[in-house]
Amino acid sequence: MSRLMGLINLEHESQHFHELTYSRSSASIPFAGRYRLIDFPLSNMVNSNIDEVALFIHNKFRSLLDHLGTGASWDLDRTHGGLFLLPIDGSNPMDMTKGDLRFFRHNQDYFLRSPSTHVLISGSQFIANTNYRKAFEYHLERDADVTLITTRINRFLPEHRPLFRIEADDLGWVQQITNDQANPVVFTGVYIINKDLLLALVNDCIAYNRDNFFINGIMDHLSSLKVQSYQFDGPCAFINSIESYYRHNMNLLTEKHYRELFYEQDFVKTKISNNPPVKFKERAAVTNSILSTGCIIDGNIEKSILFRGVEVKKGAVIKNSIIMQRCTIEEDVYLENVILDKDVQITKGQKLIGSTQKPFVIAKRQVV
Amino acid sequence: MGNECVAMLLAGGEGKRLGALTTNIAKPAVPFGGKYRIIDFTLSNCANSGIRTVGVLTQYSPHELHRHIGNGKPWDMNREKGGITILPPFTAKHGGEWYTGTADAIYQNIHFVNQYNPKYVLVISGDHIYQMNYEKLLEQHKQTNAEVTISVIEVPIEEAHRFGILNTTDNMQIYEFEEKPKNPKNNLASMGIYVFNWDVLKNYLIKDAMKKTSSHDFGKDVIPAMLMDGRRMFAYRFSGYWKDVGTVSSYWEANMDLLEDEYDDLVNSKTWRIYTKDSNYPPLFLGERAKIINSIANSGSFIYGTVEKSVLFENVEVGSDSDVVQSIIHSGAKIGRNVYLQRVIVMENTIIPDGVRLAVAPNEDPLIINEEIVKERIAVTGGNSV
Repeated sequence: MSRLMGLINLEHESQHFHELTYSRSSASIPFAGRYRLIDFPLSNMVNSNIDEVALFIHNKFRSLLDHLGTGASWDLDRTHGGLFLLPIDGSNPMDMTKGDLRFFRHNQDYFLRSPSTHVLISGSQFIANTNYRKAFEYHLERDADVTLITTRINRFLPEHRPLFRIEADDLGWVQQITNDQANPVVFTGVYIINKDLLLALVNDCIAYNRDNFFINGIMDHLSSLKVQSYQFDGPCAFINSIESYYRHNMNLLTEKHYRELFYEQDFVKTKISNNPPVKFKERAAVTNSILSTGCIIDGNIEKSILFRGVEVKKGAVIKNSIIMQRCTIEEDVYLENVILDKDVQITKGQKLIGSTQKPFVIAKRQVV
Repeated sequence: MGNECVAMLLAGGEGKRLGALTTNIAKPAVPFGGKYRIIDFTLSNCANSGIRTVGVLTQYSPHELHRHIGNGKPWDMNREKGGITILPPFTAKHGGEWYTGTADAIYQNIHFVNQYNPKYVLVISGDHIYQMNYEKLLEQHKQTNAEVTISVIEVPIEEAHRFGILNTTDNMQIYEFEEKPKNPKNNLASMGIYVFNWDVLKNYLIKDAMKKTSSHDFGKDVIPAMLMDGRRMFAYRFSGYWKDVGTVSSYWEANMDLLEDEYDDLVNSKTWRIYTKDSNYPPLFLGERAKIINSIANSGSFIYGTVEKSVLFENVEVGSDSDVVQSIIHSGAKIGRNVYLQRVIVMENTIIPDGVRLAVAPNEDPLIINEEIVKERIAVTGGNSV
């Protein structure tokens, strides 16, 4: 029987998040009040009935590991299967493998031992709430070697620039993978591949001293592989820069978008934290905002996203901003278009204003 | 503390005086404070006090309670050793029966306690809102070399007749216990929290079980019998917030207390957290014309109207141009548009249609609203009920 395993490959993802990735990998950047980017691919995999998920972890992974724990929050604390964290082994000086191929090589046993016949590979920067069951059925039905999940972009934004464009024939067979910016059909970074083929291609790439599995293993062999495309039509976002991160957070303040992302499918799962409900005090005035548990609000908040445990004192004003976990905003502070990373304290009377295009970002644990 | 002390948590109560709130669920499982259930306070006290073995005695409509407690994970009590064990009544080879009283419930589970061979047993119940470090109670118990220690709280003397009152010597040794006395001699009320030396308690439970005339209750039978025998019994003085949420009005008041600054620590304390089974709802969404003050609200909710002095659970909706005042809205309830609610408790998943107005006078008990009440009231009043 055909069966899917999941792989989250973070190796070749954009890390251009400046302050937000000083001490964490981009996959664990907090998003939408209580999530991390990685919650989306993880939840999507689990919702696709995948019960073994592996993760290539490279550097700055302390926060990622803390977040994932045993995988229990995603029901991935299993006796069989579950969550597998796959690092690289740096102890062999003769090892010449590069890029994500190094992870595949060092963790070959994981793939060999799994009873799964197919692998669903995803990054962490394609944000959607979906499942890939239909795509997998389609993959089997078409008897494809590889199925690429694509989506059509309606409005071209800077974050779409680095994405591959897919050209397919009427039957969905992929003819070309290009950088053609005029083509609105983009590759989401999510694909399904037959496991045996994956391992053969990995060995081939390593033999030729390559460094990128998707580019060297799949794109370079496009003509000899049966590659399908499967279009995803739901709401989604690509987050690969501070600007796209800020824009897509703010986008969720439109109720329709918020409901589309979180309420039309299964809930996106994240680490449970057990904070008390939000407490609104006497002088609280909050409109068009998203607030997570543990917040204590006595100030003015407008069009903003507050993560868990944020405290906003009286007289403080927060507009168009993202305030991460456990920040404290003292009395009479004014914040507009800012992103505060976790544990930031803004002292009494401070005024910080960024622009809507370039939000002002304060790194973790600063006192301003 | 390991297994030096095993806690036995009485959670079988029907809670009749809570009316519709306990139609289908046991009193300890009644939702409280926007996120919790009443029993969470006692379970969190155990977790925070380092008690790692807890038997939860359930009986009345236990499903919700059992599901809530699960394997004890939210309280870090999903342990290989000890942890939480749910103890409903059971039958064995020689029969069995429902728990007929608080003492009988423990008596029927003597074998459960025995397997841990504890020195002390802490008997608590799951229907009070308070934060208490049982470790300190146990410390005093050891220091005074007591056989029984009963936690007491000072209540207003004019209300003392509603409680079990303990009369003590200057060093807190108990010489008299009066259950709901007409003319109380002092105001030290028993909180129903006891520490017993297990070997002593076990004998009394067995003796009490044999006694046909006994009601098998700690307050009415076991404690008086121990006093009669001159057992070494002490009172432990507790000060702090403590509320029996046994009636609709006290339930409502205790929820409203959470909104007061002075009681911030009841659920917001960083050093004494209250744990509960958490869910995966997305954060709270406030619309453009939302107004919410002096209130608490939880995840998964959408608020477009005005909320004041109210407690909102998760996955609640408050429609635009609606006012929710001094009310408690349980999970999944949907309040339509242009609704006015004051001093009401809306039960789980109840839908309040657009335009409904329901207000209860300050001197009356808050009104509990469920689907049936919505149908009745709205049929009778055409949506205008005051």
